[in-house]
Amino acid sequence: MFGLLMYGLTLLTMIGIYGVLTLALNLQWGFAGLFNAGIAGFFAVGAYTTAILTAPESANHLGGFGWPPLAALPVAMLLSGLIAWPIGRICLGLKGDYLAMASIGIAEIIRLVFKNETWLANGTMGISTVPRPFESLGQPWGNAAFLLLVVLILVVLYLAAERAWASPWGRAMRAIRDNELAAAAIGKDVVRFRLEAFVIGSMVMGLGGALSAMYFKFIGASATEPLLTTFLVWVMLIIGGSGNNRGALLGALVVWLIWSGTELFTNRLPAEWITRSSYLRALLIGVLLIVVLQRFARGILPERPPRRID
Amino acid sequence: MAEFINLYLLPGVAVGCIYALGAVGISLIFAILRFAHFAHGDVMTLGAYLAYSVVIALGWSVYAALPFAILGGALASMGIDHVVYRPFRRSPGIIVVIASFGVMLVVRSAIQLFWGVDILSYETGIRRPIPLFGDIRLAQKHIIIIAASVVIAAALHWFLSRSRMGKAMRAMSDDADLARISGIDTEKVVRWTWLIGGGLAAAAGVFAGINTKLHPSIGWDLLLPLFAAAILGGIGRPYGAIVGGLAIGIAQEVATYPWLSELPLVPPAYKNAVAFFVMVAMLVWRPTGLFKGRVL
Repeated sequence: MFGLLMYGLTLLTMIGIYGVLTLALNLQWGFAGLFNAGIAGFFAVGAYTTAILTAPESANHLGGFGWPPLAALPVAMLLSGLIAWPIGRICLGLKGDYLAMASIGIAEIIRLVFKNETWLANGTMGISTVPRPFESLGQPWGNAAFLLLVVLILVVLYLAAERAWASPWGRAMRAIRDNELAAAAIGKDVVRFRLEAFVIGSMVMGLGGALSAMYFKFIGASATEPLLTTFLVWVMLIIGGSGNNRGALLGALVVWLIWSGTELFTNRLPAEWITRSSYLRALLIGVLLIVVLQRFARGILPERPPRRID
Repeated sequence: MAEFINLYLLPGVAVGCIYALGAVGISLIFAILRFAHFAHGDVMTLGAYLAYSVVIALGWSVYAALPFAILGGALASMGIDHVVYRPFRRSPGIIVVIASFGVMLVVRSAIQLFWGVDILSYETGIRRPIPLFGDIRLAQKHIIIIAASVVIAAALHWFLSRSRMGKAMRAMSDDADLARISGIDTEKVVRWTWLIGGGLAAAAGVFAGINTKLHPSIGWDLLLPLFAAAILGGIGRPYGAIVGGLAIGIAQEVATYPWLSELPLVPPAYKNAVAFFVMVAMLVWRPTGLFKGRVL
């Protein structure tokens, strides 16, 4: 019973963290039509920033600043935004493919830095002493309190995103996404609007990374792998429905349930297959992405025009 | 001086050939289909592993296995296009990019499932570098990579400039609609684009495997320099991509030479950062690339 409770808490927390990331991607792709292929990079910046600021002193990496976990969150967001800004500045006036190629580059460089600068974050071994808020409450209350924190952040983000969607800002964003020339012709500063969406979205991705580092109490090279961040988040948004904040959240829920549900199943396979089962799951997710794009490109909850706010 | 040429410049040219072969495909696909093919690196990986299977199964040298890998990569790319990308012909390019994300996941995980994740090698043992003249020595693998790339590039040039299909390709790259109403079978052009792009990628993958070792992310790791090469040469320009690939490859290797002190100017682990730097510099300075690519 206790195990089941803990499993449920883990599941919900993960869905919450992925919900943060999917909302962020929806802001970039769903609102503004920006293709960010480097989610893993911004995620990593947020995660490592939190780890370095909050982890106890260690000879293996930079640290010992002793920041309280919650104070590290804004810094994590700020740094992710600071990295997004110049790259957005350079690419957002160009065709979308350039941002795609440059963002994959920035993610690669960030991965190289954290992998090779062992003084900074202990290289591939990573930092495994990241404190988690409410840990002192013990199990399961500490976990439940952390889940509550994630949900709280998610609710705030969701409300803000809904408000933004219905606001003139969101309307201008969609206008630029759907017809750049027309939007520019009526005086919208295309590059500036895109830059805002890109930087804010990347900041929220950094926040997602920070929450993930806290939750796992660990951040290492595996966390900068694009599979579990970049790809999975894209799949979630496309399946849930891009351009719809609720769709983004639903996508995070559905895809994470599939992802972790197949894990339960593959763990029953013979031993030699277990090691390979994660590839089978990645294959499944890839096929799912292609099928959904071909057949139901609008996702489970398609984009809808916003309701009027009076 | 000899050390610089032997250990930095010539390996740089070999790496540049690998990039050139990969970047030509990316540029060609962009010219015809107007999207950045993110799964290109994984097609390279597929080619490298196909060659490995031929080497293991038939006991041949990897160079004899190369044509099979090229054929396999070409057919696989055409098949992937038929099944995955074809329904998106009328969609905005960026949707196809997302689909190529899916292809990337599928191809890579299929490789991991089928061949495993261990680091493999085409052959064991060390080969002595061959003295060329004076102190200039060339590793055998580098000679073969460079020579084979020159042959492939010459064949490609002949195809693009002389053959009917090559002309149709250039016409479609300039104006797809005009090409269509002139009676060019655009779907056939697309098929040939994938055959050529996939074949070249497979060759590049095999060469990358010869140059270092085989592992499932060998192609993905090269995606950044490939994009950088394509942008440097002007995306949509296959000849530009060859120049861009060579330039990025040489720049990456030469940048690790101890120019200023005893230490490498750029630590070898950061070679890809050189490619990124070139890419960003081009995007700032001249997004159309050296050879005036088509997009902005």
